[in-house]
Amino acid sequence: MSSVARLLPTPEAHDLLELTSELADKELAPNADDYEARGEFPRELIRTLGRSGLLGLPYSAEYGGAEQPYEVYLQVLEILAGRWVGIAEAVSVHTLACYPLAHHGSTEQRERWLPDLIGGELLGAYCLSEPAGGSDAANLTTRAVREGDDYVVTGTKAWITHAGVADFYNVFCRTGGPGPKGISCLLAPADTPGLNPQAREKTMGLRASPVAQVALDGAVVPAGRLIGAEGEGFRIAMGALDSGRLGIAACAVGLAQGALDYATGYAKERVQFGRPIIEMQGLGFMLADAATEIAAARALMLHAARLRDAGLAYSTEAAKAKLFATDMAMKVCTDMVQVLGGAGYVADHPVERYFREAKVLQIVEGTNQIQRMVIARSL
Amino acid sequence: MKIVVLVKQVPDSGAERNLRADDNSVDRASANNVINEMDEYAIEEALRLQEAHGGEVTVLTMGPDRATESIRKALSMGPDGAVHVLDDALPGTDYLGTSRVLAAAIGTLSPDLVICGAEATDARGQVMAHMLAERLGFAALTGARKLTVEGAQLTVERQTEEGYEVVTAATPAVVSVWDTINEPRYPSFKGIMAAKKKPVDTKSLADLGVSADQVGWGGSATTVLSHSKRPARSAGVKVTDSGEGGVALVDYLSSEKFV
Repeated sequence: MSSVARLLPTPEAHDLLELTSELADKELAPNADDYEARGEFPRELIRTLGRSGLLGLPYSAEYGGAEQPYEVYLQVLEILAGRWVGIAEAVSVHTLACYPLAHHGSTEQRERWLPDLIGGELLGAYCLSEPAGGSDAANLTTRAVREGDDYVVTGTKAWITHAGVADFYNVFCRTGGPGPKGISCLLAPADTPGLNPQAREKTMGLRASPVAQVALDGAVVPAGRLIGAEGEGFRIAMGALDSGRLGIAACAVGLAQGALDYATGYAKERVQFGRPIIEMQGLGFMLADAATEIAAARALMLHAARLRDAGLAYSTEAAKAKLFATDMAMKVCTDMVQVLGGAGYVADHPVERYFREAKVLQIVEGTNQIQRMVIARSL
Repeated sequence: MKIVVLVKQVPDSGAERNLRADDNSVDRASANNVINEMDEYAIEEALRLQEAHGGEVTVLTMGPDRATESIRKALSMGPDGAVHVLDDALPGTDYLGTSRVLAAAIGTLSPDLVICGAEATDARGQVMAHMLAERLGFAALTGARKLTVEGAQLTVERQTEEGYEVVTAATPAVVSVWDTINEPRYPSFKGIMAAKKKPVDTKSLADLGVSADQVGWGGSATTVLSHSKRPARSAGVKVTDSGEGGVALVDYLSSEKFV
């Protein structure tokens, strides 16, 4: 990635970003086009990242995590996204999927499962949305009925990243009455009987990353896998999403930076009317605006992260960062296609893919309309 | 099993490299210095043996102060500790002098096995494993693409131009490896943190009982008298097709033994 000036809190953060850049350059960059074109999930590559410690960055060292502040973890995601946003999104979703257990599990549950979840070999999924509603999560309909020592879960979850490849699923389901207070969170292993990932969705972008419905056909989950108390599920889900939103903001900043770097390289090489097109003011200003907007989004994201790291309220700032960074990424990726002209519209250049990938970031972890609702309510 | 891995810091082979005008030595000051690539395979092989058979892996480097960066990088992959031979008298030391110093350092560690890269990307001599084995009285198993250890018995598939030879020896031995032997791991973040706390034992020539006149410019048996830049690539052969272009192309390819 081009020279981004970064203020890092510790020397170890510097080492971590250097390791991340090495992995991004050597493992992500050479593979992204190929895997995305074939729609194959790079499971081994994710393991390589896991073995380097990248799948448990914000979590406690007591359970094997790297105990890094969000400020640092997000910049890791950003560097990964600059090379392959699908991988950064996978790391972000996995980190989100570890959140309920890490923050709301009992000591016994954490000791038993958390080291494996964040240890690098396993991959997680987060099942909140349903076919009838994603934004209106408080009215979800997947039902869990207590039978003896188990919950029997029935319903359908939708838009589940890592469906079919995950090793564990956070399933948000209704154990009580209607509304947010009737929702609970279960941590179900992939081999849960009755937990059935469906056929993959044919997505516009992020094609290497499987997204599908997960059918729960009387899935039997031991009651010991209830995370938090019954009825706390909605609160857990929203807390996790505040953090997850920051992860998506980081994906957006990295993706836009990758697009800008590529388009800038092209604009310096491409000659029209006898000079590189970056010297045409119309093009040069478009690139300058992109660089400025990326820097602004990065600053907003890091501001929200630093509030979180300091233990202050950050929910609204996370919503602003997610909203601004993902709208920015859509605009920048659109403009970078424009910089390449016809070449930007064909798959020979990655900006065509970046453009398709940017769109989903405006939708996941709360649509940007939901972010605006969150922000408006805070005013 | 006690294993010593040789690690050399070299200028990045992917970047522009130069020899110095004044003494014809490799210009290390202006280059981006990295671990010699082949040495990462040697480290990986040592770590795999340690995982399978237990024991201890020590990195050994001879080099200037800044070689510390490469030592820490090597340690972040997993070795237990390092020895850094550092002495103002060392610059200019040739292969023979280097092997004298490294053999003395290895002698203080009494390993069962010394593993090194088959060559370094700066000078590409491919002689260090042989020289060390000779000085130490160890077996030399060089150019390995596979290494198997059963007790004190070593079996190596030694890569050749045509295929490979199977050679065996008992420990102690020096094994040099090619990049076909394994796939080196990336360091982990925890490994990088742990490497900062691992012991690096700095040794001077005096500590090793090597006198300054046996090394450096004065103590070297070989001297580089002059050097020149590689000539620029000449223009290729141009075939103008006037109906016979295909034949001309085949003639050219055939004369260069491509077909």
